[in-house]
Amino acid sequence: MDLQSAKMIGAGLAAIGTGAAAIGVGIVFGSFLQSALRNPAAADGQQGRLFLGFALAELLGLMAFTVALLILFVF
Amino acid sequence: MAGKIDPMHQFTVEPLVPLHIGAYDVSLTNSAAWMLAALVVIGVFMWGGMKRQVVPGRWQMAAEGLTGFIDNLVQVNIGPEGKKYIPYIFSLFAFILVVNLQGLLPLAIVPGWHPFTPTSHFSITGILAIMSFSLVLIIGFWRNGLHFFSLFVPHGTPWYMLPLIIPIEIVSFLVRPFSLALRLFVAMMSGHILMEVFGSFIVNGFASGSPVGFGVGIVSFLFIVGVGALELLVCALQAYVFALLTSLYLNDAINLH
Repeated sequence: MDLQSAKMIGAGLAAIGTGAAAIGVGIVFGSFLQSALRNPAAADGQQGRLFLGFALAELLGLMAFTVALLILFVF
Repeated sequence: MAGKIDPMHQFTVEPLVPLHIGAYDVSLTNSAAWMLAALVVIGVFMWGGMKRQVVPGRWQMAAEGLTGFIDNLVQVNIGPEGKKYIPYIFSLFAFILVVNLQGLLPLAIVPGWHPFTPTSHFSITGILAIMSFSLVLIIGFWRNGLHFFSLFVPHGTPWYMLPLIIPIEIVSFLVRPFSLALRLFVAMMSGHILMEVFGSFIVNGFASGSPVGFGVGIVSFLFIVGVGALELLVCALQAYVFALLTSLYLNDAINLH
């Protein structure tokens, strides 16, 4: 297998990580919504932490995307 | 006009006013020009909003809303000692927000005027992250001296866990500037690549002339409207998260636990 095809396959495999991050982000928002519906009065106070948790979970998915780009364009 | 899609062309940095000092290339690039434009936008917004009417008008309300938002963010996360860091956090937040939003302006209708997002380059976000992280280190060592290293020992860990916990804490501390820079950079770059790829689907779909191409173009157009709204949210969110994490790291340095 030549390097170019191996790069393509590697980048495609690395992009699967974004799906895993999607599950993580869904868990963050899902548990926020679940608990917000149980205690609506306290929900607005925790919005900051919601977005912080979202950004931290999304970062890991974006890191998978970075690895895919690294494989494609740097090596 | 169905050529090969090049989503990376929008990220090229081109010199606008070539300038060389000795061996160094300090030309004014399109990246620097857009950052100066962000400075002008923030300057005009704050200058117009810094009135002192007791019953504020709309512009004053907007400027007070923005500064109050950052004031609240720093007070909640750092406490009363954080007041002196509000200017830095506000500058960081306002700069990243305006620069991100400028990158989404639909100026490309005029050929050659496509907007450039400086934060879509790791060099720019890396410098912002280095600024925040070195501020954290300098403040941490200035205020606490060598006691700063007690940050790596969380409260109440039993002694036999320490040889495992301390290296993990040190590594996760050292990764902080990298993750700050990477988060903003990849969010901006991937957003722009996504828009460019789906935009090219629209152009190539309609240009192909076939009904399937027409359908693909229509679906891509609806998708890109949704993605554009998401990108606006992501721009503001990434600016907020950068400022929030910087203030959290400052809290770690100032109030050690």
